[in-house]
Amino acid sequence: MMPVEAFLRQDAEAVRPAPALVKRGWRKLLFGDVASSLLTVLISLCALWAVPRVLDWAVFDAVWRGNGQACFDAGACWAFLGAKWPLILFGIYPPDQQWRPIVVVLAFLAITLWSLPERNWTRATATGWLVVIVSSLLLMGGDTLGLQPVPTGDWGGLPITILLTVLSLTIGFPFGILLALGRRSEDRMMRWLSVGFIEIVRGLPLLTMLFIAAILLPLMLPDGVTFDNLSRALVALTFYSAAYLAEVIRGGLQSLPKGQEEAARALGLGRLATLRFIILPQAIHAVIPPLTNTVVVVVKNTSLVLVVGLFDLLSAGRSALTDPDWPSPYIETYILVGFVYFVICFGISRYSLWLEHKLSAGVQR
Amino acid sequence: MSRRTRKLLIGAFLALAAPLAGCGGSETTGGAQGEASDGKTLAAIKARGYIRCGASQGTVGFGAPDDKGYWRGLDVETCRAIAAAVFGDKNKARFIPLTGQQRLTALQTGEIDVLPRTTTWTLLRDANGVNFTYPNFYDYTGFMLRKDKGVRRVQDMTGASVCIQTGSMPEVTFADVSRKYDLKLRPVVFDSVPATRQAFFGGRCDALITDASALASIRATQAQNPEDYVIIPANDEVTALAPSVRHGDDQWFDIVKFAFHAMLMAEQLGINQANVDEMRQSRDPIVQRFLGVEPGNGKALGLSEDFAYNIVKQLGNYGEMYDRNVGKDSPLKIERGMNRLQRDGGLMVPIGFY
Amino acid sequence: MARPSPARESTASASTGWRIAQVAIVLSLVGLFAWLASNTAQNLHSRGIMVGFDFLWRGARFPIAESLLPYDPTDSFGWAFVVGLGNTLYITLLVIVLSTALGVVVGVARRSSHPFASGLSAVFVDTCRNMPIVVQLLFWYAVVAFGLPDTDHASHPLPGVWFTDRGLYFPRLHLDGPLLPGVFVLVVGLGWAWTVRRRDQRRRTETGRSPHAGRKIVAGTLVAAVLVAATTGLRPSLEYATLGRFNYMGGVTLTPEFVAILVGLTVYSTAFAAEIIRGGLDAVPRGQWEAARAIGLSEHQTLRLIVLPQAMRLIIPPMTSQYINIMKNSTLALVVGYPELNFITATTINQTGQALEGVGILMAIFLAISLGASWLMNLYNQKLGLVTR
Repeated sequence: MMPVEAFLRQDAEAVRPAPALVKRGWRKLLFGDVASSLLTVLISLCALWAVPRVLDWAVFDAVWRGNGQACFDAGACWAFLGAKWPLILFGIYPPDQQWRPIVVVLAFLAITLWSLPERNWTRATATGWLVVIVSSLLLMGGDTLGLQPVPTGDWGGLPITILLTVLSLTIGFPFGILLALGRRSEDRMMRWLSVGFIEIVRGLPLLTMLFIAAILLPLMLPDGVTFDNLSRALVALTFYSAAYLAEVIRGGLQSLPKGQEEAARALGLGRLATLRFIILPQAIHAVIPPLTNTVVVVVKNTSLVLVVGLFDLLSAGRSALTDPDWPSPYIETYILVGFVYFVICFGISRYSLWLEHKLSAGVQR
Repeated sequence: MSRRTRKLLIGAFLALAAPLAGCGGSETTGGAQGEASDGKTLAAIKARGYIRCGASQGTVGFGAPDDKGYWRGLDVETCRAIAAAVFGDKNKARFIPLTGQQRLTALQTGEIDVLPRTTTWTLLRDANGVNFTYPNFYDYTGFMLRKDKGVRRVQDMTGASVCIQTGSMPEVTFADVSRKYDLKLRPVVFDSVPATRQAFFGGRCDALITDASALASIRATQAQNPEDYVIIPANDEVTALAPSVRHGDDQWFDIVKFAFHAMLMAEQLGINQANVDEMRQSRDPIVQRFLGVEPGNGKALGLSEDFAYNIVKQLGNYGEMYDRNVGKDSPLKIERGMNRLQRDGGLMVPIGFY
Repeated sequence: MARPSPARESTASASTGWRIAQVAIVLSLVGLFAWLASNTAQNLHSRGIMVGFDFLWRGARFPIAESLLPYDPTDSFGWAFVVGLGNTLYITLLVIVLSTALGVVVGVARRSSHPFASGLSAVFVDTCRNMPIVVQLLFWYAVVAFGLPDTDHASHPLPGVWFTDRGLYFPRLHLDGPLLPGVFVLVVGLGWAWTVRRRDQRRRTETGRSPHAGRKIVAGTLVAAVLVAATTGLRPSLEYATLGRFNYMGGVTLTPEFVAILVGLTVYSTAFAAEIIRGGLDAVPRGQWEAARAIGLSEHQTLRLIVLPQAMRLIIPPMTSQYINIMKNSTLALVVGYPELNFITATTINQTGQALEGVGILMAIFLAISLGASWLMNLYNQKLGLVTR
């Protein structure tokens, strides 16, 4: 057998210069080989064909101001959006009362921005959210505050989108935690119930669930107890949020080392206390970025409520299109609606990426 | 595909569905029901303080909120008449917009008390949990097309695309007409009224099929130029649009019927909004009985004696309501035609108020 | 003070308080279901709503705009359900194939060093992922149904092809005459090519040479099949769409509804597929690329032989749930008027009033498909020894 020393290097390795950072120039990247050159030419040709047409439509031939007549036989009718934006953003809410949805949207914007930095994740912020949600509902409804009452059927546009998102998530969250715990419970009955609920909800299209809520819910409640359209849609969305949140939270629970629970129990903490103080805070903290992504999914999904006759952002945009004085600029309207959604969703998903980066930097000590 | 293959496929489909849906055998519940619920609806409405009415999602002339959010239209006023009969105030009614899919369920489940929403009276609907009261509008199914297509009758429409809203009776009429004349019509079906109308005016279809009354409303309010469009009947069938109530409360059924008949009877007796106070002094026993000067009618229905007076005082008679909402004084300008009183050659027959 | 080990306690006997809490939860859930069920029974009874599946055999009478399976309004409601399911599966499969292929392209393009390719695909992915699918579907529908010219001014890009706001029309290929001889030649030739290819593959592993005899045989077979078909009297003909009084008739028609759901769902799903594929590719260590290059494989070969097989193990599980999502999203065809299962169920419930039964069938079908798919996925994972997260 050879001595170990035979494998050991005796001298230090000569110091080599770091490999030069190859910075390929634009020319090299665009025309480096046949494939790249072809790609470059192809994409450029497409752009040369498309860009002038799009610009003509969107800018040069577009109608920026004026009435419906100006928009016939012209490019994009941005004037329509100029005239209709209150209807698209706030639906058929009485026009003289529109300061109320505006206040609601601003309040949610403010509290969201406030909650972004990690240092503001406090009990006070949580209370703030609760206050904003409750006061928004009261302000939109109006009866309790002595304002002109507005039935939920007349609420519309962005406030509906925001309220449905926020309410379904806040109501769904505790259920999501229960379901996640139930799915990991030792009790077979609890496990089956949780798995059953989660898998059924995740197995059904949301549209089908909204449809079921709209049709079956009234049939399953006793005589005289009725839900308005908004609450029915909210029930379906909450079920959906709860099931999806449960799966995310389960991921967080799984990522926790078993020792955490054992240590807490060894210290004499009860089961509930262990959950409350040791397990859940860590599990949820670990899945904050995917939770944020769930928000994006829910925001996008609120647009489905148009099939049950609610006036969310999208349906409000569609109903604006029925005005016979305008040539129904569908594409422009959907671009505006899509853009609003995009700003919200893209913002949240970027925030989630940033958060992930920041949180993982904190964990890897 | 052969019948046999189809049956097999349906069988396979059911087998797929069986684990969850296989519970309900084939049985009929109900039949003669509503033992104890007589009067419950009226009591609940009185306690609540207003009537809940099913409304359309905006068919001007029949049911739509105006600029100020006040609901107007023939169907809406049919409901207001009930409110006037029950509360003596036509404004004690609230309107809940419903999609075609939701409307019957909403009535069956008690979300609304009465459904006056251009709903065609058919056997299956009537048998399935609701009672139709009496037609408040006789209608027919029609196609609306652009005039420049040069179509004069259904037989000219071979190969045309037709926009249809699902869940409506015209959906069935469409299939029957297409088959009957071998027209090879192409259906383009949407789930909502606005989507259907937008597709038609956007040029997706040559024709739009629905109740002729609704077509007149759409033409008057949503066409850029109403004169460009023509409405032709799809068949020679008359459809009766009637308000409905749910099974199980005969008293409420009667109230809804007679709130409407009060308007017909008023027209028959020559009573209108302007002369109703004067007519109370009439010596005609029929008029006296009708306006509640001579008591009896109200008590029989569980209403106040002057319920018919309240209706006419606040809403006028049927002719006034018709002209104001869909007839000559409205943008729709639908001929009175079948909807005249039987006396004048129409189909409306007021039932005796004695 | 000595205490029992906590781990044992939690697995074996839980405290009575905990036990009672669990029983209480279960009981209250059961109570809730019983309450809902009794309400439903009560409501059905008091409103005289008929229950049962008899209606499935009654004539449906409503029209279905387009379908893969033959349908006529005289067919039964049961058959209408089957037709709806057929449409759902048809659109789902088409989108799965298209979005996977395009997803690979976009996913690979996003990782490429070509600035145009990576930039464009990044913009594409971010835009499509952050807008609701419904908005996108309506957008595409508006582009086709309201953006294209009307029938009288049809756009005519190729002979026999017309684009109008009523749909896209293509010629239909008809084959008249005996089909069998040509098909026979084709089958025999392809079978021969397949055996040759198997033999060549074996030989390549032994000798390292890679002959391409199989490809030549395939090409020869195609020529032979066409010749045989022509000599035995098979005549292909193209049926063009012709302008009728209202619409183009004949040929192959893609309606705006179909185009909107196909394009919209494909674009949306491609963005998600691209991200999954990119994630899978990114997860393959850089060293694998470098090692492959070191043994002399080209970039294309590296991707195909080294990286993709490894990435597939990470790509397949999320792709399966993505495929189920495509099926679930296909229900949104409702908003652009393409008749899939959910749409037809809604119509049926409307025409019959059989809400419970309709919803039951709808739920059962969707659950059977999506739970079935995830069950298969679990089997696959167990086989590969992978753990899904």
